[in-house]
Amino acid sequence: MHQFPKGVSRRMAILLAATALVGCSKDSGPVKVGVLQSLTGTMAISEVTVKNAELMAIEEINAAGGVLGRQLEAVVEDGASDPVTFSQKAAKLIESNKVVTVFGGWTSASRKAMQPVFQRTNNLLWYPVQFEGNECSPNIMYSGAQPNQQILPALDWAVAQGFKNYFLVGSDYVFPRTANLILKTHIADRKLATAGEEYVPLGGADFSTVIAKIQAAKPDIIFSTLNGDSNVAFFKQLAAAGVSTTTLPVMSFSIGEQEAQAMGPQLVEGSYAAWNYFQSLDTPENKAFVAAYKKKYGETAVVTDPMVHGYVNVYQWKAAVEKAGSFDPTAVRKAAVALADGPSPMGGVKFAPNQSLVQTAYIGQLDAAGQFKIISKSPTPIQPEPYDRLAFPGKTCAPA
Amino acid sequence: MDGVVLALGQGFNGLSVASLYLLAALGLALSFGLMRVINMAHGELLMLGGYIAYLVMKAVPGTAGLLLALPAAFAGSALVGAAIEAVLIRRLAARPLDTLLATWGLSLILQQAARNIFGPIGVEVRAPAWMNTAVSLGALSLPTTRILIIVLCAVLLGGLALLLTRTRIGLLVRAVNQDRMMAAAVGIDVRRVDMVMFALGSGVAGLAGVALGLLGPVTPTVGQSYIVPAFLVVVMGGLGSITGSTVAAVILGLFSAMVQIFVDVSVSQVLMLVLVIAFIQFRPQGVLAPRSRALDA
Repeated sequence: MHQFPKGVSRRMAILLAATALVGCSKDSGPVKVGVLQSLTGTMAISEVTVKNAELMAIEEINAAGGVLGRQLEAVVEDGASDPVTFSQKAAKLIESNKVVTVFGGWTSASRKAMQPVFQRTNNLLWYPVQFEGNECSPNIMYSGAQPNQQILPALDWAVAQGFKNYFLVGSDYVFPRTANLILKTHIADRKLATAGEEYVPLGGADFSTVIAKIQAAKPDIIFSTLNGDSNVAFFKQLAAAGVSTTTLPVMSFSIGEQEAQAMGPQLVEGSYAAWNYFQSLDTPENKAFVAAYKKKYGETAVVTDPMVHGYVNVYQWKAAVEKAGSFDPTAVRKAAVALADGPSPMGGVKFAPNQSLVQTAYIGQLDAAGQFKIISKSPTPIQPEPYDRLAFPGKTCAPA
Repeated sequence: MDGVVLALGQGFNGLSVASLYLLAALGLALSFGLMRVINMAHGELLMLGGYIAYLVMKAVPGTAGLLLALPAAFAGSALVGAAIEAVLIRRLAARPLDTLLATWGLSLILQQAARNIFGPIGVEVRAPAWMNTAVSLGALSLPTTRILIIVLCAVLLGGLALLLTRTRIGLLVRAVNQDRMMAAAVGIDVRRVDMVMFALGSGVAGLAGVALGLLGPVTPTVGQSYIVPAFLVVVMGGLGSITGSTVAAVILGLFSAMVQIFVDVSVSQVLMLVLVIAFIQFRPQGVLAPRSRALDA
């Protein structure tokens, strides 16, 4: 075997050097991250604001020098309120745009449609909305509340108020069904009563029978997992039937500042909600956040729990990348659960080993302006439990 | 005792739901009976009535607003209906499948237009305060809004009956309905009768939209949730028969309210479909068979 002529090896050396140079310039150029929310369709009203919050975090980070010395470039895609579109757009972001991670999703259906894509490509999704639990994928960071961080604290509060007879009403899909299953188990466990459990189809607007049953059952409080426009019909027909929220309290799990604003605050005034963040939270971090958001998106803009979770997700990702010293999704998710408790607009947060967020639960009561007066909070941040211990005994997340 | 109260209350709720179904279905029954046209955009005429009520009652709150909203919604929907008839349906009436597709396309366009103008989230029609009360009858409490909607429906039915049996246009409509060719042959302007009837049916849909707005939010898709029950009512009632539609609406309204005592709303909708399918198996011509040459072809 004779050696390569000298000229060839020299040419190769130049080529190698050139490649290294290109690689080098790529490493100091911007790094792409995906933002995937519904910008059109029925979910757009909620998801556009989450996109806004995520982009605001990305801009702030860029203004402060980026991540590992590199600027972020957000690639925004529209999930169009359709799970299939979400999964196609997730694949496009990862495979064509080469994003290192994706922030997005709202409905459980959209998350479940995207999960196989993130698993196949071993990428990482940061999901910002409260959900029904019963899932832990190593390729998803779940910052929204698990049932034990929103629904059960609401029950704790109601029990402390002396309510004994509970009526559960919800839209007919996976979150209300699972939430109510967990609630019923815990209500029975505390030797209290479930007066009734009713579902209407998503978007349903006729509550005549549900209200007749509520009046017949005479509960102490209603727990509502109704979604979207059904809430307007429900509160309106409740009022028309002569039932006011002062005589029969309603605790909702899907009404935030924005929904209250859109529905007309006077319609839902006095009703309760449980979240992990309210715009009215009185902390310096939150005040700065709300002010920054209003400056960017207008004085009348309101801030909600899922928006803040979207915002927090971006910062948690940044901290995890810096801890890992790499943009590699596997290294990032391992670093994310090892981060120290950090400040955020919603208080101190950190990801637990099961990749869900440790967070505080708050109970608020709606005032006439559509803002919440915080009337109760969990004494300490609550550890996330994807599988409820009573409703789904023996099931846990396998360590990822 | 509680059971009796619940059953009585559900009887009332059933009538209330029936009157909503009927309001939504009347326009369909009119246009189908006369023109054999299935208007897939009928639900969007309901939606239009709802948004008109929202706009009127935002400008003029209270009882006066409601009294203004009813004729405004009727007129607005009737005008749009007349335009749809003149631009689309008249030109396609001879080809039923094309009408179906074209009106469906129109329905999508109108929904998106509403989404662009009013946004995807529902708007609230503010009912006058006195309507947010309930009338107590012993242990029963009947919401004023629902009583009013039943009354509105009854008045409208009476009005339509008078119009069809006592007026000249009613006579013409019945003539065209019974035999289109013959009516045309004796000099009736069949196309004008079509247009008036289609506009009338659309106007009734607009009134239905006001009624829906009093109960729940007006959304770009509000018509969609009522269009299926409306079609069920028309099919079960005997295509094109107003009396038949009334009977069918009452049967379906009471059925769904009574069934809901035992099952939830989702299941009751399934059972309602099963009822209609079973009914059509035994009586394909519907509750009342219309005597019309329009259906002979």
